[in-house]
Amino acid sequence: MSARRLLDKLWESHEILRREDGTSLLWVDRHLVHEGSHHAFAKIVERGVPVAEPGLTFGVADHYAPTRGAPATDAIARMIATLAANTEKHGITCFGLDDPRQGIVHVIGPEQGLTLPGLLINCGDSHTSTHGAFGALAFGIGATEVAHVLATQTVWQKKPKAMRINVTGRLGPGVGAKDLALAWIAKLGADGARGHAIEYTGPAVRYLSMEGRMTLCNLSIEGGARFGMIAPDETTFAYVKGRPFAPSGDDWDRAVDLWSELPSDADAKFETEVTMDASEIAPIVTWGTTPEDALPVTATIPDPARMQGSAAERARNALDYMGLTPGRKLTEIAVDQVFIGSCTNARIEDLRAAAAVLAGRRAKVPGIVSPGSQLVKAHAEAEGLDRIFIDAGLDWVGSSCSMCVAMNGDLVEPGKRCASTTNRNFRGRQGRGARTHLMSPAMVAAAAVTGHLTDVRELLKEREVA
Amino acid sequence: MSGWRKHSGLAVALDRENVDTDQLIPARFMSTPRSAGYGDFLLHDMRKDSNGTPVPDFPLNVVPNASVLISRRNFGSGSSREAAVYALVDFGIRVVIAPSFGDIFASNSVNNGLLPARVSEAEVDAAMATLAVGAKEVTVDLTDKTIRLGNTTIEFTLDDVWQQKLINGWDDIDLTQNHQQAILAFRAQHVAGMPWAIPVQQNDFRSAGRDTVSQ
Repeated sequence: MSARRLLDKLWESHEILRREDGTSLLWVDRHLVHEGSHHAFAKIVERGVPVAEPGLTFGVADHYAPTRGAPATDAIARMIATLAANTEKHGITCFGLDDPRQGIVHVIGPEQGLTLPGLLINCGDSHTSTHGAFGALAFGIGATEVAHVLATQTVWQKKPKAMRINVTGRLGPGVGAKDLALAWIAKLGADGARGHAIEYTGPAVRYLSMEGRMTLCNLSIEGGARFGMIAPDETTFAYVKGRPFAPSGDDWDRAVDLWSELPSDADAKFETEVTMDASEIAPIVTWGTTPEDALPVTATIPDPARMQGSAAERARNALDYMGLTPGRKLTEIAVDQVFIGSCTNARIEDLRAAAAVLAGRRAKVPGIVSPGSQLVKAHAEAEGLDRIFIDAGLDWVGSSCSMCVAMNGDLVEPGKRCASTTNRNFRGRQGRGARTHLMSPAMVAAAAVTGHLTDVRELLKEREVA
Repeated sequence: MSGWRKHSGLAVALDRENVDTDQLIPARFMSTPRSAGYGDFLLHDMRKDSNGTPVPDFPLNVVPNASVLISRRNFGSGSSREAAVYALVDFGIRVVIAPSFGDIFASNSVNNGLLPARVSEAEVDAAMATLAVGAKEVTVDLTDKTIRLGNTTIEFTLDDVWQQKLINGWDDIDLTQNHQQAILAFRAQHVAGMPWAIPVQQNDFRSAGRDTVSQ
């Protein structure tokens, strides 16, 4: 048999059949639904078909979940109530607002052990690639596909091409998975990995914690890839072991044996190969309106006059929207507020990285910190991180997608500039007219302390001296 | 969903790269039931100013009866929200022509009868130049994958599976239910090989908030 990649192994183990035209019918092990899935529930009700596998389907309130008090509007409250009603009607476990396991879907799946190596995981959300960090086949789907999974527990899909992003060396101090992700997206473009499943490999990836790996896989879609994945290893197994829905006893041993066979064979070939050196990556910030508009924080704002054709036009539009002047240093950009949260960067390690910068310091601008789940929140409070954020002047709030997607009423006002740990700097993403700069939690904390974009390594250096 | 083979209508150019799904429909409109119609939300924050007044020179305001949209690379990137496709379809758009599309958006489009037609950058440049003087009638033929605009005929790229699906208006759930036996057989063998494929809910979940960290 020819050498197989992680993607091939995951695909083959879920392929029920393949049509002559090359499309596969795949079995879905875990289907995660949220408030936005209301269209799909409406579709199956319309057809009069039941949910095929309620035991493999899990619901969570996250996109519209309030971070402070009651839902902001009746429409928002209705979205949450509709999810509760739909899941109850179909016999689906739902982590609702009053459940201590509630949080962002891509945080709680792994946290609960619902996400396991070797599984196929679907969710009506493009950041479902996050779960690929465990060596799972995980991808986001639209409402029609969500309805299909609800009705049949299967999904039709053509196998994507495989891209390997191999990262040599080690990330430096103050540089993390977010910087690595933005670095490759800047290099390849926001559609650079379109049509591909990415496997991240190399020593810099192996060295990442599960939190870091989830951040890296989460952002795959921002470079165009519907799938991102990392082969499971001891770090993966250590994270999964003992989680509420993870296998235990003999099953655990059998599972680890099977999972250990998942990594790509040594001589496997990929359609596209990319290599990066982690030691060359600096903390990165975005300056424009797509995640590919990313540069090291040490750089200057790009000048459209030095670009060609449509790139120049696009940069001009982006700078106009962002209210930025070409040629100025990125570190001169003053921010109005900060946001720490989202499925990209709201896990315990992210909160620790931000708190390490903020400890004993005051933020010059307001901001909110929304932990990725209620369990992450409790964990952070047990470590005293909440005090650090509160003492710095930031708001410590509940768990939700919150200001990343601006659906629950948490938003950035028109023209305001936000340093954000989120995943999209699209026009209007955080609210109409909002100006978003994406960066790591440590970099957002640094921007909070100085009131402008800042190289966090300087603030960390001061710490070492003191 | 009904299938189609040929469509003729007015084409309009949206000369921008990376028209993402947050722009196609801002998130704040997505709690609306589909039955209310999503057409008014399409590209809302570009089409209308902050008072809700239409921006006069925005292409879709100039040609409100357009049914073919031509745009630039990475159209529909971002969020998996199918509402972006609903907004296009409910506005009356049947075909989007661009050099590349977000993968999830393209698949959502086909599930709603909307054709994501891929052409080269140069062909988009030429089409935009033709449309610069005003909207023009185009004819899109799914059967031979061609677009006729003025005197030129452009071939577009579309996965054969998606071509058949658009032509036949296939519904995947019906197709899949024909494979019920294969699905049941697969499930049995899959679960036998890895029992943890069915999650075992542990009762004492309230104490499950042990270490949420990996190291």
